[in-house]
Amino acid sequence: MPEQDFNQYNPAWGDRHPVIVGFLCNWCSYRAADLAGISRFTYPATLRDIRIMCTGRLDPTFVLKALREGADGVLVMGCHPGQCHYESGNYKAMRRMALLRRTLAQLGVHPDRVQLGWASAAQGNIFTETVTRMTEAIARLGPLQWNDTINDLAPRTPALPEMEEVAHG
Amino acid sequence: MSEEKLHYAYYPGCSMSTSAHAYGSSIKHVNQALGLEFEEIEDWNCCGASEYISVNALPAYSLIARNLSLAAQTNTHELVAPCSMCYLNLHKVEGYMRKYPDLNEKVNQALAAGGLHYKPGTMHVRHLLDVIVEDVGYDAVAQRVTKPLYGLRVAPYYGCLITRPESEYNPEYPTHLDELMRRLGATVIDFPLKTHCCGGHMTQISEETAYELMRRILHNADEYKADLIVTLCPMCQLNLDAFQPQVNQMFGTNFHMPVLFFTQLMGLAFGFSQNQLGIGSEIVSASAALRRISEQPAEPEQRAPKKRDKNALPMPPAL
Amino acid sequence: MTEERVGVYVCHCGHNIAGTVDVESVSRWTADLPNVVVSRDYKFMCSSLGQELVEKDIKELGLTRVVVAACSPHMHEPTFRKACARAGLNPYLFEMANIREHASWVHPYDKDAATDKAKAEVAGAVRRVQELKPLEPFIAQIAEPTLVVGGGIAGINVALEIANAGHPVYLVEREPSIGGHMAQFDKTFPTLDCSACILTPKMFEVGNHPNVTMLTYSEVEEVKGYVGNFDVRIRKRARKVNTDLCTGCGECWSRCPAKVVDTVYEAGLGYRTAIYRPFPQAVPKYPVIDTESCIYFQKGTCKACQKFCPTGAIDFEQEDEILTIHVGNIVLATGFELFDARRIPQYGYGRLANVFSSLEFERMTNASGPTNGKVVLRDGVTEPKSVAIIHCVGSRDKNYNPHCSAICCMAALKFAHLVKEKTDAEVYDFYIDMRTISKDYEEFYDRLLNEGTHFIRGRVAEVTDAARLPGEEGKLIVQVEDTLIGKQRRIPVDMVILMSGLEPQRDAKEIAHLFGIGCSEAGFFIERHPKLDPIATMTDGIFIAGACQGAKDIPTSVAQGAAAAARVLALISQGEIEIEPIRAQIDEERCSGCRICNNLCPYSAIEYIEEKGVSRVNPALCKGCGTCVAACPSQVIEGQHFTFGSLMAQIEGVLWDRRPDGGTTVYTQAEPVAAE
Repeated sequence: MPEQDFNQYNPAWGDRHPVIVGFLCNWCSYRAADLAGISRFTYPATLRDIRIMCTGRLDPTFVLKALREGADGVLVMGCHPGQCHYESGNYKAMRRMALLRRTLAQLGVHPDRVQLGWASAAQGNIFTETVTRMTEAIARLGPLQWNDTINDLAPRTPALPEMEEVAHG
Repeated sequence: MSEEKLHYAYYPGCSMSTSAHAYGSSIKHVNQALGLEFEEIEDWNCCGASEYISVNALPAYSLIARNLSLAAQTNTHELVAPCSMCYLNLHKVEGYMRKYPDLNEKVNQALAAGGLHYKPGTMHVRHLLDVIVEDVGYDAVAQRVTKPLYGLRVAPYYGCLITRPESEYNPEYPTHLDELMRRLGATVIDFPLKTHCCGGHMTQISEETAYELMRRILHNADEYKADLIVTLCPMCQLNLDAFQPQVNQMFGTNFHMPVLFFTQLMGLAFGFSQNQLGIGSEIVSASAALRRISEQPAEPEQRAPKKRDKNALPMPPAL
Repeated sequence: MTEERVGVYVCHCGHNIAGTVDVESVSRWTADLPNVVVSRDYKFMCSSLGQELVEKDIKELGLTRVVVAACSPHMHEPTFRKACARAGLNPYLFEMANIREHASWVHPYDKDAATDKAKAEVAGAVRRVQELKPLEPFIAQIAEPTLVVGGGIAGINVALEIANAGHPVYLVEREPSIGGHMAQFDKTFPTLDCSACILTPKMFEVGNHPNVTMLTYSEVEEVKGYVGNFDVRIRKRARKVNTDLCTGCGECWSRCPAKVVDTVYEAGLGYRTAIYRPFPQAVPKYPVIDTESCIYFQKGTCKACQKFCPTGAIDFEQEDEILTIHVGNIVLATGFELFDARRIPQYGYGRLANVFSSLEFERMTNASGPTNGKVVLRDGVTEPKSVAIIHCVGSRDKNYNPHCSAICCMAALKFAHLVKEKTDAEVYDFYIDMRTISKDYEEFYDRLLNEGTHFIRGRVAEVTDAARLPGEEGKLIVQVEDTLIGKQRRIPVDMVILMSGLEPQRDAKEIAHLFGIGCSEAGFFIERHPKLDPIATMTDGIFIAGACQGAKDIPTSVAQGAAAAARVLALISQGEIEIEPIRAQIDEERCSGCRICNNLCPYSAIEYIEEKGVSRVNPALCKGCGTCVAACPSQVIEGQHFTFGSLMAQIEGVLWDRRPDGGTTVYTQAEPVAAE
């Protein structure tokens, strides 16, 4: 268990810690994560990453699967818009993620549990910062009780944001 | 331009009715000409200038925030201050309250004692010069010029506060006042000390330091054969104008460099009379300088060797 | 589900992993996972002994899948894949779990958490590897010709190395002549060799080489294809001069009445005519008409050049030519651009007449430059009595460029020497550090120290003409804090030289995008590995050399050029290359022909087969991004090596300790629904 006490953010953690599944694109964000390691940056040990070639490969089903299997959050990171190694894969990811977050909100899952970020291969610092900030956000939201949530058994806290504006992370 | 943009909450500041009353009256006339509506905030209080903040920051911020909360009660989000110090204080505190939740809490606690509250982000604090340059625009200003200031050599003096700690304009070398003056028809000199300190309140603490700082500015303007210095801050105007005789006395110089507010020059170019604009109330008289305004546009200033000189090397083009 | 036999190897990586992650416990824990036949930990898996461990187990234990938990796959995936192949296991039945860069190195303070994460990553890899299928790489032929973009010293060297090895090269250069910035310099440090003297023989050699097709005044417009097989479209801009007839006699430019400031070669310090040859030693020697300043093109009159040309070579109607070439490899050597010092108004460049940029000063001291090599003020006549040289203008500055431009300290010393040689002026050199790192550079600095230049350590605050103290009237005053004596100083001088930094070309990002490579934050092209592979990029077949990769001096640019050439020659001599079979493949039996995928492909690799009513991926064009795979509503596109099944399994694996049913259900691909 990580030394960090997550109960200061939300008492519901108990002795558990947040788990975030990360989908990192081979060319930019995965390398950014490597660079973070090479540079010996530190961040909370809450991320469990999976490599895909491009965020364009991200099937929204993967996100749902991760949440269903016990992740408290999902972080998708790719190349900056305009700099996708495969030209436009990250634009597809942006569209899919926008719709997915909206759908999740309707299911009772706070959309901030699923975030989309960008880091180029040279931005180990941005990767580090993103994981750190996301950990804090998930820590505040508390553990995701997926089964209870989608079966409307879990209390809907915190309040869901307005549906008008679903910005990405 | 939407109606909403030309309506502003107005924070005059203490000097507007006293040492800088000429600034105040010229602003009224310029606003009239440009269609700007300034709604003076009800019951505003002094911004504390630079003194109070150095003594005790939290009460100082609270006093400044009181003005912000009163401004928030008007029906506009734009707050304009003509004095650089007032502008900086209001802008700074607005920013701090937005950035530091702890400070926001404490200041609002203080304001609550007076039945007030301020939510950071409500007001967008602007300096008068920025409002004229950004919202009105150079073209609109140029269109209203009926009496161009041809032949008048002005040294644009921004003072140190307006572009620091950060602004959209280059802090070392802003050019928006220069351009505004140019649109009035004046000849603008490339004034290297345009953002150097005028001494501020050092006149009360260490005269020598303050006078030396003023001497440098006056000397430079004089060297560049400026007819007058144009400024946008009551403190700068007061220092350079009212203390000019003392500077002359201390250094044995013989400066006779009038210092006017930019709105006074704008008003002149728009056709208002000197009286209406408070010209004549300054200590170092501007009348001789203003008599140099001619009917004909002047030759543009050359800083590099003339093109016709076959030996001269070309200058890099203007940015 | 078939029972795979998985071997897992957890690497200590010396202390790098084992110092934080409890590798033995991870290895023991992994041994209990379903289908894991053997689980070992070892000090250095990438060593030959480590690899032999894997190979032995494959052969003796009949392993069908291998997982190595160690560093990043970007480091050693190819290493272990080769080991598997040697032992007879398809290399694509191998998976790496990154427990170094992504675990031990980033969670050093929490060993338990790092170990937990390592377990999760290994569990994910173990699940994923079992869903992988064997794949055969696609063999691509390497076309013999090479494209070199940029005709500066780096590009010229790449071209010569490859051409001398007997292979054809296309050298494309944007300007009318090759030579780049080196052609503008006067002397080169540390030997003070005349720049043109050492450059022009190479320019001439490459311009006349039988294996080099030089395309000057040309630009690349489109690049398609992949390593070994690039199709490149080039626009050869119209010089308005017929090069078959032109002899380079110079009659035309001596007659041209239109004079403009030469902002390229003369760095804005001199003039040229509308029809011009960039400099006397230009290669090729043909002039070009700058239609923006040509009187004929702007107003319709003059035509003096045409009247006086003895061979009738002027052709006003000449059009741009488009050509498409097929090359196997591309080397980008597009060089740098000088930082525009007008962005730092405190230094007065562009306002104060006697403030010069470094390139302006190079042209000034050059004997064939606008002042015939005399060091003079902007009036073109007066010799300065004092000169200030300011380091780090636009470099090492978070307001402009945080990087160091590598060459300015040496160039500043060179300038100090040249000023002393040509005038009696006092020279003041304002530096922050003195970076004289390469061979003979420090010795050059030593020599300068004895020549009488005043070295002042401090960052110049401003250069101004506002005189304040006696002696400053009419001078440029350099205001600086002399950090070694701890005092502010105002030093009046006649002339200031700004050592402007090196920046990437203004359109570097567009060029990078055109070729499918990336740019770093600073804007330079990104290399494959900053230490071990500075000349390759992430895109196979595209290499970089010279200042476009980062600010550097001439010897380093030349060396990088040779390195890029060597890499290209290796590929050419191999003749073919294995391309990773990570591609999309459509199951035509199950494709319904909805064509959603067709327009998603950025490489237009998906075509619709009318007769069959299905879509099909062209494996030669597909780069394996997976966008179509994710978009297919029927999930009939297989993303090879990144299949739906393998990723779902990996998700289950990384969440081994979180799964609501205790991790007992396992994802299985749904059986296809039979058509009614």
